Amino acid sequence: MAARPEVRREPWKDPQAQAYIRIENVTKKFGEFVAVTDVSLSIYRGEIFCLLGGSGCGKTTLLRMLAGFEAPTSGRIFIDGQDMAGVPPYKRPVNMMFQSYALFPHMTVEQNVAFGLKQDGVPKAEITERVQSMLSMVKLEQFIKRKPHQLSGGQRQRVALARSLIKRPKLLLLDEPLGALDKKLREHTQFELVNIQEKLGVTFVVVTHDQEEAMTLASRIGVMNHGRIVQVGTPHEIYEFPSTRFVSEFIGNVNMFEGRILADEPDHVTIASGELGAPIYIGHGVSTAPDATVWAAVRPEKVMITRDEPVAPLGVPHAMLSQSGGAQFNTAQGVIKEIAYMGDTSIYIVQLDSGKQIRVTQPNTHRHADSPLTWEERVWISWHESSAVVVTE
Amino acid sequence: MAQISYVPLGNRMTSRLGRLLENVSQLPPCRWSLGVLRRLGFTGRTAVIAVPWIWLMLFFLVPFLIVLKISFADTRLGVPPYTPLFEWGQAGYIQFKMNLANYLFILKESLYFEAFLSSLKVAAVSTIFCLLLGYPMAYGIARSSASWRNTLLLLIILPFWTSFLVRVYAWIGLLRNNGLINNVLMGLHIIDEPIVMMQTDFAMYIGIVYSYLPFMILPLYSNLEKHDNTLLEAAVDLGATPFKAFLKVTLPLSIPGVVAGSMLVFIPAVGEFVIPRLLGGTDSLMIGRVLWDEFFLNRNWPMASAVAIALLLVLVIPIMVFQRFQEQESGAGSQK
Repeated sequence: MAARPEVRREPWKDPQAQAYIRIENVTKKFGEFVAVTDVSLSIYRGEIFCLLGGSGCGKTTLLRMLAGFEAPTSGRIFIDGQDMAGVPPYKRPVNMMFQSYALFPHMTVEQNVAFGLKQDGVPKAEITERVQSMLSMVKLEQFIKRKPHQLSGGQRQRVALARSLIKRPKLLLLDEPLGALDKKLREHTQFELVNIQEKLGVTFVVVTHDQEEAMTLASRIGVMNHGRIVQVGTPHEIYEFPSTRFVSEFIGNVNMFEGRILADEPDHVTIASGELGAPIYIGHGVSTAPDATVWAAVRPEKVMITRDEPVAPLGVPHAMLSQSGGAQFNTAQGVIKEIAYMGDTSIYIVQLDSGKQIRVTQPNTHRHADSPLTWEERVWISWHESSAVVVTE
Repeated sequence: MAQISYVPLGNRMTSRLGRLLENVSQLPPCRWSLGVLRRLGFTGRTAVIAVPWIWLMLFFLVPFLIVLKISFADTRLGVPPYTPLFEWGQAGYIQFKMNLANYLFILKESLYFEAFLSSLKVAAVSTIFCLLLGYPMAYGIARSSASWRNTLLLLIILPFWTSFLVRVYAWIGLLRNNGLINNVLMGLHIIDEPIVMMQTDFAMYIGIVYSYLPFMILPLYSNLEKHDNTLLEAAVDLGATPFKAFLKVTLPLSIPGVVAGSMLVFIPAVGEFVIPRLLGGTDSLMIGRVLWDEFFLNRNWPMASAVAIALLLVLVIPIMVFQRFQEQESGAGSQK
């Protein structure tokens, strides 16, 4: 959805590529409160860049600085090579779609959408024509004479989108664009947004607290916490290779095992973790100081749940196998405490012998399981050596 | 039929007393009388509305009807100084005498027409000045920080803590020939002889605008304070300069507040009597003053009543406009 495989563009990997938006060491203070701390970011033309974070993480402040509603306390913002310092919002090549939509209540849909063009003194005939074509793109032609309060939430959202796109901005800022819509409409609108973005070639910067929204919309995600950018990457990178505990816990569900690094080889790491009760073996090297406290993060869908002791994969040192040939690492025994049937998947909460509770997601591939796992059943959990990632604080 | 859901016969009562009352209300005599009350439309809701309703009936509608009645009477010497509308005739029938001469006289005599006209003019000019002064003030208060806002509002309301008459007399002290303003100006040798301000239209307008300014500011403030700042940001984001955003967004959205404030100033200013009398010239012709003269100088109660009724009719039209806008505003508020 976010990037069609045949046209995958990854300008951030190209050292020659010119960033369309360059944010350099931007800090914003409100009195004593520091909303944004030393953020540097490059966003490329045609991207859908999502700023993701909880409330109060500074993502909206950063967006408002791009729009020109707030001035950075220090640092600089460049849009298309032009320093934006001192440029008022009405002179920026940027339009914004507000979280509350901010439609003018005293104007009709048509007047709302035409507002931006009227400010620029575009001839009347051209305004009418452009408003018509924009409204037909968002499928609101039959509502042009309505006032905002006569529209549904989804229709208002589309008016807001049409109004922010009518001036053909090079950069569109979207503040929680889908926040006020219900789930079905949200999914539908996500597709529409991506389609419009591709059709018009606009660069989108989207602020959201909804990780699912960020995952489906974004070409890249910038995860923010306490005013800082914690990690920037594609949705896949953010989900599979989170760099810190915060990122892995914020995006999706994760099981965290605290531990100490036993061995740090170029091709693998072993971690001693009292929370699992067995060593954790990870098939990639990390670069941390030995003996440092680290966390091994395992996604629930990557954990297997079995009645029998799992067999170790090939290529693992013999010394790490148990006497029965089973694996002595990445595995533990526990008791099923909760089962939630979700239809496509089932979620199991397993209490390990160490006392730690972990979450396991299994797809329901068969309509009738022969003997389904039940509550209070004793099971083995395990995962593949490539499934876990090491994260630091 | 709506359930009666207020104490004492509420259906949600769980206490023993409540259950007892409920049982009693099921007894045939209670049930019947309750049924009758319900059929008459008497519910808890009407009981609540009845209180202000009765108040307005007693102290507004009844006096109004009395004035209306007097306006159709004729003068006579005696107590009361007007003829009754209904009278027992000699032969035992009721005599009904309705005198329309007062109203015809108002229409015929140009004095009244001119008084009405000049009252409307004074009220209109005062309203415009109140608006010109009050809008920036209300806007300023609405846009100031929350901690300042209450202080500023308090300053607007503060004059109300002093008697209205005292405040008007204070203006006399400021404006008269050997008053503060003239003394200061003469002391500074800016002028050689006092500027005559008292007993002029200027002093009268100052008095009216000063007295009614809060009535303009408060409804305007309550409108402007509700404005969503993101609307202005959206306008600026779409290319409007801040001033244009004000013209295109804030101003049209504040029209209900402008109308409310203007009506609150205009309506009482038309009938204003004290300020023109104390500050204005002797030649200022205001309908309030005509009314006073008819009552207390001429002792012509029917004529005075007719003038009062005519004034009411003149004012009913703006009041209806006011109500229409209020409905619109409450409608707009519920859309948020």
